[in-house]
Amino acid sequence: MRKYFVVFRVALADRLVYRADFFIATFLRFIPIITTILLWRAIYDGSQKVELGNLMYEQMVAYYLFLMISRAFGSMPRLATDIATDIRDGNLRKYLLQPIDYLGYNVSLRVAHKLVYFVMAATPYALVFWLCRRYLPGWPTGSMLLLSVFSLGLSFLIGFMFNSLMGLLGFWFLEVGSFIHVVMVMQYFLSGHMFPLSLLPAGLQSVVTNLPFAYETYYPTLLLLQRLDTGAAMHVISMQMVWVVVLGSAARIAWLRGLKRYAAFGG
Amino acid sequence: MSMITVENLKKVYRVHRKPQGLGASVKSLFHRKYKHVHAVDGISFDIAAGEMVGFLGPNGAGKTTTLKMLSGLIFPTEGTARVLDFIPWERKNAYRRQFALLMGQKNQLWWDLPAAESFRLHKEIYTIEDDTFDRVLGELTELLHVQDLLNQPVRELSLGERMKMELIAALLHSPRILFLDEPTIGLDVVAQSAIRRCLKEYNQQKQVTVLLTSHYMKDIEALCDRVMVINHGRLIHDGPLRDILHRFAQHKLVTLQFRDGCMPDQLGAFGEVVELNPPKVTLRMAREWVAKHTSTLLESYEIDDIIIEEPPIEDVIGKVFEDADALQASAPAEASHA
Repeated sequence: MRKYFVVFRVALADRLVYRADFFIATFLRFIPIITTILLWRAIYDGSQKVELGNLMYEQMVAYYLFLMISRAFGSMPRLATDIATDIRDGNLRKYLLQPIDYLGYNVSLRVAHKLVYFVMAATPYALVFWLCRRYLPGWPTGSMLLLSVFSLGLSFLIGFMFNSLMGLLGFWFLEVGSFIHVVMVMQYFLSGHMFPLSLLPAGLQSVVTNLPFAYETYYPTLLLLQRLDTGAAMHVISMQMVWVVVLGSAARIAWLRGLKRYAAFGG
Repeated sequence: MSMITVENLKKVYRVHRKPQGLGASVKSLFHRKYKHVHAVDGISFDIAAGEMVGFLGPNGAGKTTTLKMLSGLIFPTEGTARVLDFIPWERKNAYRRQFALLMGQKNQLWWDLPAAESFRLHKEIYTIEDDTFDRVLGELTELLHVQDLLNQPVRELSLGERMKMELIAALLHSPRILFLDEPTIGLDVVAQSAIRRCLKEYNQQKQVTVLLTSHYMKDIEALCDRVMVINHGRLIHDGPLRDILHRFAQHKLVTLQFRDGCMPDQLGAFGEVVELNPPKVTLRMAREWVAKHTSTLLESYEIDDIIIEEPPIEDVIGKVFEDADALQASAPAEASHA
């Protein structure tokens, strides 16, 4: 276990090399929120309704703000393509030679990335949330906060397992870049990143809200938005656990089978 | 004691063969043609503890494929190998702790961080004790004179310095077996000899077993008593480096320094003139005639100096590969079929 902690520490140091780049990127990421606020104002005014998809205008804006937080946990920028590249370019070799588990190694790496991100992004986030305070619900209860944090942790694992699985397809296909791109676009839509899934027609909604993508971003966001009671929150968390196990096993199997193939054909 | 035992090891790659052109590209989407490449074609050898063995061969001869099999990266198609009593491709952690594979063309250090950070990571990955780590790192940095560079980001190091760091990373866990694939590629003469010296000393001190490939004959000459020559996946020589000369070189080079004005015109009878710089001439002479011809020359002409040399080993080995290729080309191509 300790070695994975050191991987984490080294990755931490690595991330801190490009600080300036990081700060700028974090700030820029908040710019679309302004368009979002204006756009939804126009939509609510145009529709002449108080609620859309069970959300009032203020809640809608808050949804997008909290979405930034759940995305911060669940998104794994470049993980899938990094894994696919490791496989294609033979960098995988380095991990196969050493007594270390590749997926475990990547988890440590990503935890470090996330931690650096949270620490460095804390100030910009606090600033934006303070500026948008009139859209936000009040502080959650202690138990709700705890459940939210737990759910965000599971969101991280779902994101990790799913993206690893995509990357491991690199064992079977030489070029998975465009496929991963298509999946990411779908994921953007299916995870509620584009708009709350409650806006979807009932039939479609019942399908989409049961996919792992919804459990990666949509439900944790609702939790932060305090739209779920304790019972619903517990249900979300147990479903998240199920998806972690399912995707995690799939990734592990893909890894083992892929490795057999890799060792037989290339290396 | 035998450290590495390889028996009839084979590796056949299936390579997708696509003819040129768009039509062929579309066709190959549905029906692919494959060619089987026999990268390693039934080699057997045995390496004892502490031996330093050179692995020679042209590009694509099967050297790297063999190293990959021995380090467990790929499965063989046929045959067996045991390294330190492990089957490499089972990739047991106990095995992975005891060997290292260093590839001159690949790096494993973190690019943006000082090498010291990567080393610390290795310490944990290989669970090296604190005092052992400090001692080994101290020895290696001293041996390679890189104490001052440990805390500099790897991206700011020169190629030679980086290679030294890579070598340290490979040796930190004190492997008993070391596979080196082109460890000096692209380095300048000074860095090359530093790496060579380090390997030599390290091998003598620790009795580590080394299998090394290199295109630089100097590496092999300086380090390896024993050489395996591989071509088209087959071993064509296994023994001392000097034996290659006796086996494959049919000629020697004889350089004669004639007294001023005494150089004869007709030297062609004694051998092929390789270099003519009157009054100095170099002849390529058939081995069996060297003794007879030189004594005739010494009796007949006024000669100040005479040097008899083996041809450069690069040339001899190059010739061996060329001849083998010619043989291969004239024989029906059994190695490739659709």
